[in-house]
Amino acid sequence: MEDRLSRVFAALADPLRRDMVARLATDDATVNELAEPYDVSLQAVSKHIKVLEDAGLVRRSRQAQRRPVHLEAEVFDLMTAWIERYRRQVEQRYQRLDELLADEAPGSTGTSEGAAS
Amino acid sequence: MSTTTRETSIESVRDLPMVRITREFDAPPERVFDAHVDVEKVRRWLGPRNLTMTVQRWDAETGGGYRYTHTDADGEYRFYGSFHEVRPSERIVQTFTFEGFPDGVCLETLTLTALDGGRTRLVGTSLFESFEARDAMLASGMEVGVNEGYEQLDELLTAG
Repeated sequence: MEDRLSRVFAALADPLRRDMVARLATDDATVNELAEPYDVSLQAVSKHIKVLEDAGLVRRSRQAQRRPVHLEAEVFDLMTAWIERYRRQVEQRYQRLDELLADEAPGSTGTSEGAAS
Repeated sequence: MSTTTRETSIESVRDLPMVRITREFDAPPERVFDAHVDVEKVRRWLGPRNLTMTVQRWDAETGGGYRYTHTDADGEYRFYGSFHEVRPSERIVQTFTFEGFPDGVCLETLTLTALDGGRTRLVGTSLFESFEARDAMLASGMEVGVNEGYEQLDELLTAG
């Protein structure tokens, strides 16, 4: 268990690998597709995928020649939670904007701090 | 049951390094627009509550620019950019740079559409320079998770 935890953290410590995990949250991708946005060799990308695979974050399908890289379901949930955290930050910001808009609405009895002139 | 969605929706676009945010407001476009250009109003909602926002520059007009600082107990976070186009009640196009990552620049486009009942739909897109930059931003919560929150990973690993 301790080992796996260390492997997961080591795997996610690299920004490029975090990026790959984030992209795999959208959809499965082949090594070629994963390599496309980066200025690194296919071999380097394959190595990164191996690190993610060893940490149990992704798995590679054995069935087709295409062999897409697939995010493990639990990791996918975790990824969704991370994006959700970002979404909540944005939502909180817009709730403050809601309050401001409600405060200064015409005929509002809200406390406008005298800002609406 | 309401048919309108008030909650923020966020979409990580598949083929572009872009994030698209959609949100509706109970106010007409003129007022939502005003809350984005009147700096006294911006100050009231833009930054998280536990941060102080100080504005060094704010010219919300086509060809203008801005610079502001968020301060919390841990330090300062500075941001700046240009207002490329400020079209009243309809559209704001601006660049955005976090000084902690000075080589990164994001192109943000905000579009306001009037809805029935004096409401507004806001669609904001942020176009990053690379998928890596986009996902680094989206995954900033992941870094927090890696640095401080072991709980989710613990659960994941225990379950596995």
